[in-house]
Amino acid sequence: MHWRERAADLVFLGPFLLFATAFLVVPTFGLFVQAVTTAHGFSLAPLATIWHDNHLVAFRNSIEVSVLSALVGTLGGAIAAWLALAPGLPRWARALVSTFSAVAANFAGVPLAFAFISTLGTLGVITGLLKSIGIDIYAAGFSLFHIEGLVIVYAYFQIPLMLIVITPALEGLRREWREAAESLGASTWQFWRHIGLPVLLPSLLSATILLFGNAFSAFATPYALTAGNLPLVPIDIANVLSGNVSVSPAQGAALACGMIVVMAAAMLLYGLLARRVGKWRAR
Amino acid sequence: MKWLWAPLGAYFALPLVATAVMSLWQGRQGYGFHAYAELIHTPEMWNSLLLSARLAFETIVAGLAILVPAVFWMNLRVPRLRPVFDFVSVLPLVVPAISLVAGITAIYTGPDWFVGTANFLVVPYVLLALPYTYRALDVGMRALDLRTLTEAAQSLGASWPTMILRVLVPNLITALLGAALLTMTIVIGEFTFASILLFNTFAVYINHIGSTSATRAAALSLLAFLITWLAMLGVALGGRRAAR
Repeated sequence: MHWRERAADLVFLGPFLLFATAFLVVPTFGLFVQAVTTAHGFSLAPLATIWHDNHLVAFRNSIEVSVLSALVGTLGGAIAAWLALAPGLPRWARALVSTFSAVAANFAGVPLAFAFISTLGTLGVITGLLKSIGIDIYAAGFSLFHIEGLVIVYAYFQIPLMLIVITPALEGLRREWREAAESLGASTWQFWRHIGLPVLLPSLLSATILLFGNAFSAFATPYALTAGNLPLVPIDIANVLSGNVSVSPAQGAALACGMIVVMAAAMLLYGLLARRVGKWRAR
Repeated sequence: MKWLWAPLGAYFALPLVATAVMSLWQGRQGYGFHAYAELIHTPEMWNSLLLSARLAFETIVAGLAILVPAVFWMNLRVPRLRPVFDFVSVLPLVVPAISLVAGITAIYTGPDWFVGTANFLVVPYVLLALPYTYRALDVGMRALDLRTLTEAAQSLGASWPTMILRVLVPNLITALLGAALLTMTIVIGEFTFASILLFNTFAVYINHIGSTSATRAAALSLLAFLITWLAMLGVALGGRRAAR
């Protein structure tokens, strides 16, 4: 290739590739190096600390919250998407659902946490209303600041995200298939059991994994909600970074790597499943 | 099945209503706009909001400045680099923000003019917006006949910068607008990097105020929701105009 062509490649692609390498690839790679480096050189000790009781609890909590909220989001989002696609729904209602979903899927973090504290916190409006009719949810063992609370809060962005990602698959569930099944005498149940669900399954699974990753990497929402009191992996990492706990930076890096590995596994699975989905959409 | 709208609607509406009620609560004095009036006279609130707005603007400009030429060139001349672009642009979704902040702070500890000011946040923010910006630009450019556009512009004597600014950008305006608005919502709400790096952005301020005043935190949360709503409305309207 001519040298001027090479120079043009450099001018157009250089800044982006340099930026991504310097601030994305190198820091990520650096974390893995840091996680196996101690004052005495190479060591697997920092990685081994992930199996320490405290961090293991954090991983267990993180995974539990993420799995539960992914399941709630999948179910709620699939139902909402199905309802929104129902024929006969006015156009304005459909536009409202799709815009609201985009908003709510992006409305995570600190404001979401405070919205739910205002609603279901110890002094929340709904908590107060329920108390005034004799139902004390906190006395009954509920807490917005534990795992069940996080699942309720996360659903606020998980359900809309599910609706957004599953709608194309539901639209692709061709009406003709349903009509063909009906004309052959299939009941609604038989249609879903033998056609609808098998066709949708890869889409549903890949969406569930996406939701899992979305919940697993969330930091702002649980931090603002629990003031950092519920052990989750991102919160443990933040504590290391802020110097709140006497843990070596290598252990913080090990935790960060643990998160990346979980996320990478989830995203790989997501990619594989998403590829299978293509099979049903030949056209 | 239709009855299912009721619980879903209630779940999504109640927190907003409750937040509004909470923001108007004035203790023994009943309800009113006390929290809002107080916030308007709080310089820290304005400073944090302005800082976040400025960072959003800088992130949009910086992100587009490095991505538009790169995605354009990749599509036009080096399509074999597409897998690299695809891979790099999903990395910020695979590497959680909290891990990325750990990685970046471990490596970039100076110089002070670089990491010591809030402008440093633009670096991670461009990365956080990368998956969405790249997707929007790539989809937008694939819909264009880049080769013909480029040849036409060059045969009329346009230089590369002229070509990008006066031919490419006007053709991509909807994609650019969508990417910009999405970047804005991401930056305005971003908490992880700002709080770890100790910069007083809008989200950090809401969290800070939440520890002392529930009513003011509720008022600001409502404002944040409104900003997100406006941005997404802009994306939806832009998309509809493009479809026409």
